[in-house]
Amino acid sequence: MSKRRGIEASAAVAEAVAAANVDVIAAYPITPQTHIVERISEIVADGILDAEFICVESEHSALSACLGSAAVGARTFTATAGQGLELMHEVLYVTASMRLPVVMVVANRALSGPLNVWGDHSDVMAARDCGWIQYFAENAQEVYDLTICAFRIAEDHRCLFPVMVNMDGFHVSHVVEPVELLDRDAVASFLPPNRYPLPLHPDRPVTMGAFAPPVLYTECRTAQEEALRATFPVIKEAWDDFANRFGRRYAPVETYRLDGAECVLVVMGSFAETAAAVIDRLRDAGKPVGLIRLRLWRPFPFAEIRQALSNARIVIVCDRSISYGGPGGPVCSELKAALFGHAHQPRIVSFIAGLGGRDILPEQFASMVDRATEIVERNLPVDYEIIGVRQ
Amino acid sequence: MNEQTLQKLKEAGELFSPGHRACIGCVEVLAVRQICKALGKDTIIANATGCMQIVSSPLPTTNWMVPWIHTLFENTAAVASGIEAGLKAMRRKGTGIDRDITVVAMGGDGATADIGLQALSGALERGHKFLYVCFDNEAYMNTGIQRSSTTPFGASTTTSPSGKTSIGKVTWKKDMPAIAAAHNIPYVATACPSYSADLVKKVKKAQQADGPAYLHVFSVCPTGWRAKPEIGLELGRLAVETGIFPLYEIENGRWKMTKTVQHLKPVQEYLKHQGRFRHLTPDMVARIQDMVTSRYQTLLQKCGIAPS
Ligand SMILES: Cc1ncc(C[n+]2csc(CCOP(=O)(O)OP(=O)(O)O)c2C)c(N)n1
Ligand code: SF4
Ligand SMILES: [Mg+2]
Repeated sequence: MSKRRGIEASAAVAEAVAAANVDVIAAYPITPQTHIVERISEIVADGILDAEFICVESEHSALSACLGSAAVGARTFTATAGQGLELMHEVLYVTASMRLPVVMVVANRALSGPLNVWGDHSDVMAARDCGWIQYFAENAQEVYDLTICAFRIAEDHRCLFPVMVNMDGFHVSHVVEPVELLDRDAVASFLPPNRYPLPLHPDRPVTMGAFAPPVLYTECRTAQEEALRATFPVIKEAWDDFANRFGRRYAPVETYRLDGAECVLVVMGSFAETAAAVIDRLRDAGKPVGLIRLRLWRPFPFAEIRQALSNARIVIVCDRSISYGGPGGPVCSELKAALFGHAHQPRIVSFIAGLGGRDILPEQFASMVDRATEIVERNLPVDYEIIGVRQ
Repeated sequence: MNEQTLQKLKEAGELFSPGHRACIGCVEVLAVRQICKALGKDTIIANATGCMQIVSSPLPTTNWMVPWIHTLFENTAAVASGIEAGLKAMRRKGTGIDRDITVVAMGGDGATADIGLQALSGALERGHKFLYVCFDNEAYMNTGIQRSSTTPFGASTTTSPSGKTSIGKVTWKKDMPAIAAAHNIPYVATACPSYSADLVKKVKKAQQADGPAYLHVFSVCPTGWRAKPEIGLELGRLAVETGIFPLYEIENGRWKMTKTVQHLKPVQEYLKHQGRFRHLTPDMVARIQDMVTSRYQTLLQKCGIAPS
């Protein structure tokens, strides 16, 4: 019921879109997402997937077209990166507030300027509060699995939110790896047909996108926030069901060698794989270190994070973007907020690395551990540090 | 309007209900109502931000009796593209509505000729089967009468105010129907609700077009034009009779006048009713007259009519 093939992560996304029997794709090319749209175009051109591929003239229109197609009940997909995600910005909010189950893969890319087409998390962080479910995939298999899961989560009537699947530009998007591809029947058994509850339909006219005056806006926003938080069990249920059927398990917060770990590294995205290798080495050398890979970014898994860090003395957060003029790394801010005011208060140290496609080397992760220990033990007044800046 | 059309319009039933919040005398909203009647109930409308969206949809109420969606200001043609593609894909796959649905995108002149021009051009070029209707009230009315690229020369708006050193708007009206026609789509037309029979006919033609259709509707806005609310329809007629807003269509590349005016009335007949033109000197009016006359002649030529 499945086959293993060596393919690029971007091609794996296209395979997931085909396996999910998507109806409409609207997308605009941008590095490092281009291979996704090219491969989907081929799949549609070859009749492997019966879908409308709308070659829009911009990302703003890409997501707008997705709004339209999702509103008539079509299963809808798009993909973008960096500047493209920024150009979609206002449409992102509308998609979420209208509760339209669009699925989008973002091949995360740095933002201009200076222009840089390589990977970091500036794009998704700028879209952090747009109301989408957002999670991260670390390799080709994960992005394949999690794209399929995204349709199930988005379209679930207890959810009805758009889902953004993030993968690191180039570091994941362009890597060829063995991927286990599911056959369509298996996917169909996991992913029921999309039945959007109130689509635009002449037999049951609905008004979508009415405006809310001050007496109602707060209530609309509150309802949306409550609904987004309530998706948490739906996400977990989908991932658990996926694991039961296909054997690969995903969780909002994934832990690695946490038992007895005094110092815990928190990483989101593909560099968690490098970090895991470093953790192994340090553990072998007798250092009590562990790793948290943060998979679910929105809704943020507060309770799970607190639970996972309940024995940590030092927490090191490695961000791949800067919050200019702010507290440093956005993931770190979230973590601090999650822990603030709770009984267990580990020391949290913020590092920023891997900007604009720069690698984070194993020895850099190792030195983060040493430096964090130093900062904590000597009580140094450091808000955050950027790793590997050339002087 | 002839009796027969009037009768048909009456019978068509309302798809845009009374109780909307448009200003007294608003002709734009009348155009919306007429167009909805002409379209019939198998219609899905995507509406841009602007007067017509605002007057019709304050939560939790609506005036729309057809499925209707508003998302943003500049993306309506793209939203309609998605609607059309979604309906098409699902119908083909046996999971959607199995009959023809007219997909309509509508927006004001700002949504169409300015901020949404790129999305519109993209949708027209891609060839989606949909109808785009531009309701041209010649300014951003919803936000307080700011100039748009279709605001006529000399008009005073809040961002092109007439003043000691300003004549009002200093550029000429953007020729939006010609821009739409340059995409070589099957149907482009201008229309005006003062000529409802003509408007309805054009909507029906647009509905039948095998591809994108574009309708540019002259929409008198007494509030923004500083005119008496009771003369809206009269102003529409004057715009046509002076040649300021000619009625024509472009069907598969063939230009045709749908109302040829033998002797154009002087533009002053039209301008004089509107506060936005009150500051114009005779000199300026003469410039407008020259431009209108010459553009009308060019249009007649395009339509294969010998200039008079
Ligand atoms: C991106 C964006 N910019 C600006 C606005 C503010 N805005 C809303 S409607 C509008 C003008 C609408 O003008 P038009 O399209 O001519 O429609 P009308 O109100 O005249 O019918 C403007 C400027 C907006 N909603 N979104
Ligand atoms: S401002 Fe003009 S277009 Fe808008 S509702 Fe009033 S009259 Fe109609
Ligand atoms: Mg306007």
